[in-house]
Amino acid sequence: MTEYEMVVGLEVHVELKTETKIFCSCSTRFGAPPNTQCCPVCMGLPGSLPVLNQKVVEYAIQAGMATSCTIAKYSKQDRKNYFYPDLPKAYQISQYDLPLCEKGSLEIETPAGSKKIGITRIHIEEDAGKLVHDKDGSYLDCNRCGVPLIEIVSEPDIRSAEEAVAYLQKLRAVMLFTGVSDCRMEEGSLRCDVNLSVHKPGEPFGTRTEMKNLNSFQFIQKAIQYEYQRQVEALERGEEIVQETRRFDEKTGKTFPMRRKEDANDYRYFPDPDLMPIEPPEELVSALRAAMPPLPDQQKARYMKEMGLPAGEAELLTGSPGMMAYFEEAAACSAHPRQLAAFLTTQVFRLLDGGEEIPVSPAHLAALVEMIADGEISGATARQVLAALWKQDGDPGEYVRCHDLMQLSDPVCLKPVVEEVVRENAGAVSDYRNGKTAALKALMGQVMGRTGGRANPEVAEKLLLELVQS
Amino acid sequence: MEKDLTKLTVRQLADGMARRVFSSEEVTAATLAAIRQRDPEIGAYLTVLEEDALAAARESDQRRSKGEALSPLDGIPAGIKDNICTKGVRTTCASRMLEQFVPPYDAHVMEQLKGAGVVMLGKLNMDEFAMGSTTENSHFQLTRNPADPSRVPGGSSGGSAAAVAAGEAAFALGSDTGGSIRQPAAFCGVVGLKPTYGAVSRYGLVAFASSLDQIGPLTRDVADAALVMNAIAGHDRRDSTSVPGETPDYTALLGQEIRGKRLALPREFLGEGLAPAVREAVLGAARRFEQLGARVEEVSMPALGHALPAYYILSSAEASSNLARFDGIRYGYRSPHYEDMASLYRNTRSEGFGPEVKRRIMLGTFALSAGYYDAYYKKALQVRTLVLRDYQRIFEDFDAVLSPVAPTTAYRIGEKTTDPLEMYLGDIYTVPVNIAGLPALSLPCGRDADGLPVGMQLTGPAFSEPALLQLGSAFESEEG
Repeated sequence: MTEYEMVVGLEVHVELKTETKIFCSCSTRFGAPPNTQCCPVCMGLPGSLPVLNQKVVEYAIQAGMATSCTIAKYSKQDRKNYFYPDLPKAYQISQYDLPLCEKGSLEIETPAGSKKIGITRIHIEEDAGKLVHDKDGSYLDCNRCGVPLIEIVSEPDIRSAEEAVAYLQKLRAVMLFTGVSDCRMEEGSLRCDVNLSVHKPGEPFGTRTEMKNLNSFQFIQKAIQYEYQRQVEALERGEEIVQETRRFDEKTGKTFPMRRKEDANDYRYFPDPDLMPIEPPEELVSALRAAMPPLPDQQKARYMKEMGLPAGEAELLTGSPGMMAYFEEAAACSAHPRQLAAFLTTQVFRLLDGGEEIPVSPAHLAALVEMIADGEISGATARQVLAALWKQDGDPGEYVRCHDLMQLSDPVCLKPVVEEVVRENAGAVSDYRNGKTAALKALMGQVMGRTGGRANPEVAEKLLLELVQS
Repeated sequence: MEKDLTKLTVRQLADGMARRVFSSEEVTAATLAAIRQRDPEIGAYLTVLEEDALAAARESDQRRSKGEALSPLDGIPAGIKDNICTKGVRTTCASRMLEQFVPPYDAHVMEQLKGAGVVMLGKLNMDEFAMGSTTENSHFQLTRNPADPSRVPGGSSGGSAAAVAAGEAAFALGSDTGGSIRQPAAFCGVVGLKPTYGAVSRYGLVAFASSLDQIGPLTRDVADAALVMNAIAGHDRRDSTSVPGETPDYTALLGQEIRGKRLALPREFLGEGLAPAVREAVLGAARRFEQLGARVEEVSMPALGHALPAYYILSSAEASSNLARFDGIRYGYRSPHYEDMASLYRNTRSEGFGPEVKRRIMLGTFALSAGYYDAYYKKALQVRTLVLRDYQRIFEDFDAVLSPVAPTTAYRIGEKTTDPLEMYLGDIYTVPVNIAGLPALSLPCGRDADGLPVGMQLTGPAFSEPALLQLGSAFESEEG
């Protein structure tokens, strides 16, 4: 039986980091007391009118440039009409058929190599307010009303949950490098809608479902995996997939139907008569292009070419400007950038666990990697030292000396230990001699145990082999 | 000089105050007295601000005594249509929906008028949300035509026109989406100017149809309209459709002769449905323009015939979206009868809006619906372009288009309320101007056999208000 392939397209909402809202001069600061950052315009009072914040246009154009989009010469804003208590005007000002940016792409790294994900469009729009419910009723907080967003719509080019996450991470990196957004997922400044269908390769795409407002990489991955399984199992049972919006439940990790296609709103889009068309002047576009900061892909290419880093590691190290700066600073103190990159993207990333702040200074980390490269400490010791520095940063050399962790590489020192192990483990030795090569591992473990993990594995193994093979 | 202070023009009042013949307080008190005396019958006002007006008048008098008068309008008492936001003063749009709505801010035009020292008397009745041509669609009250109280004042700015005609305000502000300043001005025998789209900021005007709405003056004569325009027009960055650049002096061409001016008389505006008395008055006006040295020629503007249906699609579509915010959630009327969100919306809007408003919302919602957009809204936009081109073609050879304002003089109260389509047809001469975003001046040009005022309309190219006012003023002085 042929495997089902998943087909995923993402709609990502990114909050732009303008000081003020998209159509008024209210602050966009996160976390202010309810309804303290709103005015007649963003609250949609009768008679109020929107005035487009030019910074929003500039940021959106920069986001478009960073994703290789074509920048529109003529764009307009439209009203998306629907009733909901968090939408004060009962329409959202968005863009319908003439978005600011179109036809771009992003390159991601997959286990099968690099892959291009198409970007259909990027448009600007305003955020809605927030409803707060408690036992006494529901309350409306208008602080978010009119916070500027861009919506980045991808082509259905994504084929796995891992690719979806890689795409989002890349998109986030690009937005961070461009400086148009903080992309703080926990504050909702990067949110994702997932469109997913399944089909057998060679057959047309299946019916898709949509999952809205996912706000962590982990949830996105889980939601995609669950929804893929659900659709495949439904098809296997001979059921049809219904086009609908589904809600991902973070607690159970399952998705549930929310709204069917036939219940979907007719948004009655039409050009907003309160706003003029957006025609970005040529000079503005070229000035913005000239002012583009280096993008992650340029840095990534440089690391691959100049330092010989593998694509995957280079991608990870350019995942944010902060990470890149850290690596650059550490690499400046290091004679072994490749080992540094490998150590960073494995050991350090493991401790980061999705976070951003590395509590060890770049110079100390570089020094630690130098000690591995010079054979002064083992990899296992390095992990131990890293964990210690993570709690309290300091000079790794000093830590190693104080805790007597230097690697034992001198055969004269190691030989008595190895001999002792061979003597006391006759069973394992004879197993090895009878062809059970795995027994060597047990013997090595003994050597490591007796040296507190400090034995240089290469030297120890060589000594061990000499003894057991003789 | 006229002894009755409520009959004087803005210029005469300003002159009298400057020469200390009377004070703003006296003028304001006389106007408030006229409101007390006449408005129980006329019904122009929804809100009268007696104390505030007198206090503002006294402040104006103090400024003047120190030689610090703010503008030619300082101390002039005026009424404001009730769809223009007034800080701290309820702004109802003559709707149950906004019966208790008190805006926390002033419309741009209110800031301008206050900055000019104008004394605000109160808020004027209108058709609900400016939808209508008789002011009968007000949720609160009828307004009667001062020329004949058994008749409507026209609409939607019926309260504004009636107040000016009845001496209950020296001037008034109205709004015009499809004729709502010009038609009531014609019905009541006063002057009304619908400015070029973008000449006056819409900030603080409760929107009916955003791409068509403009605020403008209703006054006793043409020169007054120019004076008020000088106070309210100009760029405002809070309205993206407000046109940047220098604001002209609207009085600049007043009094200059009009010899050699060319006026077009579109055949399409003199045909079927036009009352003979109106036709006669307009043709009479054409002859008088010729006597003043202007050339009048009959022309054809075929696209104008499509303007009315296009207007009702565009204006209703925009209205359906603009009025969606009145949902009972944050302000305004909320139905006490609801179980859930849907019934809260449904009952609030069913009970809060009157029948004409609901009719337009449904019409507009339909025109924008999936599958109908191209046939209605998009088509209407195309007609809009055609209408504009028709005007542009005419303005290559002519300075202005002369036409009636409305097919008839003022209707009897109740006469048109049963048939909305017939009511819509009354807008046939005024809506093409809004569709094309042009300025048009409505001014009296005679009376019919019943003594009811007849209005004529002068339409010019965009931003030709000073020239239109020049034409109107020349005609007016000829009239005497």
